[in-house]
Amino acid sequence: MPHDQYALSVTGEKGGNITLSISGSASLDTISLMLPEIKTLLEEKHPSKLTTDLGSVEYLDSAGALLLIQLENEAKRKSVPFAYLNMSDKVKGIMTLLDRDALSTSPIIPEKRTTGFFERIGEASIGFYDDIIEVIAFGGELTLEIIYSLFHLRSVRWTDVIVYMKKVGVDGLPIVGLITFLLGLILAFMSSLQLKQFGANIYVPSLLSLAMVRELGPIMAAILVAGRSGSAFAAEIGTMKVNEEVDALITMGFNPIRFLAIPKIFAAIMVVPLLTLFADLFAIIGGLVIGVFFLDLTVYTYVQQSIKAITIFNIVTSMIKSVVLAILIAGIGCQRGFMVRGGAQDVGNATTSAVVAALFLIIAVDSIFAVLLSYIE
Amino acid sequence: MIEMNKLEAGVLSTDPIIVVENLTARFGDDTILENVNFEVYRGEIFIILGGSGCGKSTLLKHMIGLHELASGRVTINGIDITSADDNEMGKLRRGMGMLFQSSALFGSMTLYENVALPLMEFTRLPLKIIDPIVKTKLGMVGLSGYENHLPSELSGGMKKRAGIARAIALDPTVLFFDEPSAGLDPVTSAELDMLIRNLNKGIGTTMVIVTHELESIFNVAHRIIMLDKSKKGIIAEGDPRELKEHSENPRVTNFFNRKATH
Repeated sequence: MPHDQYALSVTGEKGGNITLSISGSASLDTISLMLPEIKTLLEEKHPSKLTTDLGSVEYLDSAGALLLIQLENEAKRKSVPFAYLNMSDKVKGIMTLLDRDALSTSPIIPEKRTTGFFERIGEASIGFYDDIIEVIAFGGELTLEIIYSLFHLRSVRWTDVIVYMKKVGVDGLPIVGLITFLLGLILAFMSSLQLKQFGANIYVPSLLSLAMVRELGPIMAAILVAGRSGSAFAAEIGTMKVNEEVDALITMGFNPIRFLAIPKIFAAIMVVPLLTLFADLFAIIGGLVIGVFFLDLTVYTYVQQSIKAITIFNIVTSMIKSVVLAILIAGIGCQRGFMVRGGAQDVGNATTSAVVAALFLIIAVDSIFAVLLSYIE
Repeated sequence: MIEMNKLEAGVLSTDPIIVVENLTARFGDDTILENVNFEVYRGEIFIILGGSGCGKSTLLKHMIGLHELASGRVTINGIDITSADDNEMGKLRRGMGMLFQSSALFGSMTLYENVALPLMEFTRLPLKIIDPIVKTKLGMVGLSGYENHLPSELSGGMKKRAGIARAIALDPTVLFFDEPSAGLDPVTSAELDMLIRNLNKGIGTTMVIVTHELESIFNVAHRIIMLDKSKKGIIAEGDPRELKEHSENPRVTNFFNRKATH
């Protein structure tokens, strides 16, 4: 008989001694059909004693054995005496393999129940609160380490700083250049559509250069660094955490923040302002293309108008802003990396969270700067 | 006790280098170890063993200060690690080496850079001296010529050996091993045992090893403690050979005789 065939027969008087004979295959393939069939057969008979004859069972796997045990348990529940008949050694072997207690053992950790809406809000709030505490604690440690490193410049791993300067700065320049060039192009084009109506083409360069230097340059550079490097920092440190490399550093007597975070932060502090300057420059070049080809401005006029609009104060504050953003992006990237506890999935979460948190911080810091600068100016 | 007599007879010193007092380890509400007390003597190979999940690695990580103790004290070389400040801890850690279960070599650095790192950071030795030190350390673990390999280019056994080379870079007085032979074939694992014994004999380094490999235990251990999950602490202490024959605790004899408990 093939593995998916079986036959059931019931003998005995209704309400008396009933024998259920199973022949053929009792396996994963057949139990779904067998189970309801047995149920209806037995329900009709109302046995006072149930004997299961396994003499002609040809194939039994653990699923089939489980069916028998369930039958037995069901009989016990109805306090019907139950017995097996003609059990071969093979069948016995499988039956003893099944751990009957496992069916009734309760899990050591209770199942995570799906929580209600308000509970979830509560949990998320607590998570958010804990997260803030951790960020603040890390921020404190990091500040101490930055101050320590500034006074002990020899303790900084400068070779690593240079490696990260290349990764963040040099490798990031093409994309920063391309995106800000296109941004300049779009801004100049869109503003010219409006300003043309009033014959105010000449104000396009100043509008663009002021907007770039004061707001968009630092923000665009920061966003790209957050996406490219903040995430990379989190993933790198997170993976080191998973591989016990951070623990190895600690046991070797290194301070992991000083060893891993400081070079990244110093590198970011040095290259993000440079990237910001490049972002400004490429945007102005983008605007220049529009100015020269669509607005009939000469290169000289365009450049002169661009420079006229910006002051040294604008440039200095934009540099300060990008230094602050650099510290925040690199810092939050490292913090998320150090927070990794579990495995690969945690590293992924840390990377995502590093970018999201950095983007939030960029906008928050930018607004704070906008308010502060409006008072200073 | 018999093994104590052997120690007192001069086979090994009984001068403790590590003293663990009433160590309790907890993760959240989950107590892993409770009131664990033992001493590790200077120059011995001391093995912490027990079944999976009994807290061996946890104990090790608490001993070297990677995790904070819930209560109790660990003193290494006379310094209490629970109250030591950063400076003392740094100094203490430079005198210790640790081989991690996953080797924990720095993936972005070559073997040479991995081994040279502690030497470059913690000593003022010129490169002229660091270079031969790194080469001899790699030679000691049988990895001569692998200076420029990245950890990802090595097999599991080689990584373990490279991990040892890094751990002994500063000639530590205590070496900790977290399951050194886990996942290694019998030959590599036997070679590792030999390396551990040779290092112990040659340099006199105290070794604290977490393992459950019976072969290794009988090959290298001077003394062991056995942890048990249900007791959350030590159920046996002494010479493994004696314990195998004479322990009255069935859980201990089952372990040494490789018998299932049920």
